[in-house]
Amino acid sequence: MREYMQLHISSDSRNESFARVVVAAYAARLNPTVEEIADIKTAVSEAVTNAIIHGYEQQPGQIVVEACIEADTLRVEVIDYGCGIDDVARAMEPLYTSKPGGERSGLGFTVMQSFMDELEVLSTPGSGTRIKMAKRVAARQTAEREDEQEQLR
Amino acid sequence: MLTHMRQGKRLVIKLQGEIDHHTAAAIRDEMDTLIWRYPVETLIVDVGNVTFMDSSGIGILIGRYRIMSRMGGTLRVRGARDQVDRILEFAGIYKICQKEA
Ligand SMILES: Nc1ncnc2c1ncn2[C@@H]1O[C@H](COP(=O)(O)OP(=O)(O)O)[C@@H](O)[C@H]1O
Ligand SMILES: [Mg+2]
Repeated sequence: MREYMQLHISSDSRNESFARVVVAAYAARLNPTVEEIADIKTAVSEAVTNAIIHGYEQQPGQIVVEACIEADTLRVEVIDYGCGIDDVARAMEPLYTSKPGGERSGLGFTVMQSFMDELEVLSTPGSGTRIKMAKRVAARQTAEREDEQEQLR
Repeated sequence: MLTHMRQGKRLVIKLQGEIDHHTAAAIRDEMDTLIWRYPVETLIVDVGNVTFMDSSGIGILIGRYRIMSRMGGTLRVRGARDQVDRILEFAGIYKICQKEA
């Protein structure tokens, strides 16, 4: 069987930190650097936040967070069954936000794109959005990792 | 959640913990209360004790930058470490706000 984890959470904003910590803990078995962990946490936080504020417009709904590890790569999906996105290309433009009054920076997708190695946004207006992200976690030499872990001790 | 210090024409607001959409609303409200109570020329936001920030935190800083600019003042960001420093840099915050060590 494929090795994976799946998390079902309600669209409660407290679950933003819960989801990013769970995915980071899952990714730990790839022996990521502190910086890679931070990148993963930030990207997951963006995707889950978007599901809550845009997908469900702060109304109750269900969010699924899935992660799996393939060789040196962490794959994460964040799925909501909310309103969906009419124009994905526009939504992904840096600084674009559909909620300019709410002090959204419009940088969520840009952050996901640059903090992860792959980003794919699949959305159907009226039925929901699936964010697929991947990050490779083997760029560094083992010695470097050991150095860092030594410093952390 | 945050502490502040008034030093003449400067107001230092020290944030702490994790800044995401969940914590953003309360942080923003507390910051604005202080900004209106102490109309200063320079607002310094100390993020040295912030352990995580996503784009919701960027939204807060850009919003406060706008308020300060409208009042003819400036915003500076102080003390960012690691993940926080990287997202601030990435989002271009240091292009509009002076960075303090
Ligand atoms: N899960 C989602 N469901 C519906 N719309 C979304 C979703 N995620 C993102 N969007 C749309 O894409 C836009 C850009 O998202 P993002 O880059 O994270 O910026 P922000 O969240 O600051 O608006 C949002 O304003 C919203 O219109
Ligand atoms: Mg967003």
